[in-house]
Amino acid sequence: MIKRSRLRPLRTLGHAFIKRIWRLGAGARLFWLTLISSGESFRRLHLTIREVYFTGVMSLIIIVVSAFFVGMVLALQGYNTLQRYGSSEAIGVLVALALVRELGPVVTALLFAGRAGTAITAEIGLMKATEQLSAMEMMAVSPISRVIAPRFWAGVIAMPVLNVLFCMVGILGGYLVAVPLIGVDAGAFWSQMQANVDWRLDILNGVIKSVVFGIACTMIALFEGYDAPPTAEGVSRATTRTVVTSSLVVLGLDFVLTSFMISL
Amino acid sequence: MTQNIVEIDNLSFGYKGRMLHQGINMVFPRGKVVAIMGGSGSGKTTLLRLIGGQIKPTKGEVRVDGQVVHTQTREGIYQLRRKMGMLFQHGALFTDLSVYENVAFPMREHTDFPESMIRDLVLMKLHAVGLRGAHQLKATELSGGMARRVALARAIALDPDIVIYDEPFAGLDPISMGVICDLIRTLNDALGTTSIIVSHDVKETFSIADYVYFVANGTVAAEGTPADLSKSTLPFVHQFVHGEKDGPVPFHYAAGDYKQDLLGYEA
Repeated sequence: MIKRSRLRPLRTLGHAFIKRIWRLGAGARLFWLTLISSGESFRRLHLTIREVYFTGVMSLIIIVVSAFFVGMVLALQGYNTLQRYGSSEAIGVLVALALVRELGPVVTALLFAGRAGTAITAEIGLMKATEQLSAMEMMAVSPISRVIAPRFWAGVIAMPVLNVLFCMVGILGGYLVAVPLIGVDAGAFWSQMQANVDWRLDILNGVIKSVVFGIACTMIALFEGYDAPPTAEGVSRATTRTVVTSSLVVLGLDFVLTSFMISL
Repeated sequence: MTQNIVEIDNLSFGYKGRMLHQGINMVFPRGKVVAIMGGSGSGKTTLLRLIGGQIKPTKGEVRVDGQVVHTQTREGIYQLRRKMGMLFQHGALFTDLSVYENVAFPMREHTDFPESMIRDLVLMKLHAVGLRGAHQLKATELSGGMARRVALARAIALDPDIVIYDEPFAGLDPISMGVICDLIRTLNDALGTTSIIVSHDVKETFSIADYVYFVANGTVAAEGTPADLSKSTLPFVHQFVHGEKDGPVPFHYAAGDYKQDLLGYEA
């Protein structure tokens, strides 16, 4: 007969697995409820616009500053490699493609998860801990349509806009390093970029990625807040989980989406 | 129209294999202030959540205005909740809104009143709780007593048939406690509502309640008017009403032999 202590690791593993499956199901259920309760977010547009301000506009500084430095570093590193092959004029294309295809959507999503995602989780978690969500329920107002759905759509709207801004500012940072600092020809910088960046394959795919990341990051942040135990420790753990889960999901989804987009 | 606006019939509730309530029967007549009292952890707040339809009973039923709560659809429960106002233990005000916006919240959600009418109603409700002058303050700028009064104004915003109070006196200074006490009774009589109070503050609750239920060990341990219960010789009621340290509710949490615990320690 197998001793109980020997079965303990198996039991712990099984429990952890079931818990994760349960959370996945609960997250999917919340996503579904959010979608079917979204009417209010568009009928009373001011609710969503207010959240776009908090998630999007308030994230602008971190996005713009990061994009500027990322663009500058890309130009420096790119020039260093390209000049060995005598292709330093292609620096504009390199900066633009790297930003539009990959770095723009991914870094924007990671920054969004750290800035707006954590704020959403902490806010919803504290609303739960201070019984504000229960109060809403008792007033016959659905917290999902009044609190969750407007924040969800705000995240989905804000992410691609932030991504486009990230790419624009990143290209500007790359230009400032490549042209005035290193001395690459400005005409070559812009014309090569214009000739080699494709509207559908590069720009549109980048925006599609950022929309998917927007859905994932915002939903993770909302679920973690909504599911958080109503204690200080519970909210703190949920906030940490938002950043960790969002980052992993964004990187994993990026691989899946890139494979899918390249194969098309 | 039934005489009792809320009826709890043979109600049992439990979770994780532990029964919290077993065969509870209560009635809440229209226009009365009825209190549910009992020690911490006796399941008083759970009873309020059962009345509000936030959880379902294991057995028995809760009827609000003649309708069984737990068999309602989500929309049905929301319809019933529109007849209720609830004052949460710490107010549960929306911290991102001002006092004015908090009181206006249920009106904006459930009515098509013009803004001028909402303004008048909000100021009237705030005036009733003595905080008309604080309407522009943020919820985070209020003291505990003021937050409770604003929450009360919000609870009565749509003139509900039932107002539920969850520990309305907890953590308040004596002045705020007296104010809340007076407001509950005055508003109940002025608006013709039914008030359900969950509390363990004997003096304040007895001063305003028409009828009191004592809950202990998952059942109704005693019931009656405050005057009857003050004179009760039931050991539990006597211990609770007079705040005695030991009695049917023991001072010590169940533990093993004291001597054994002290001498049996091995480093």
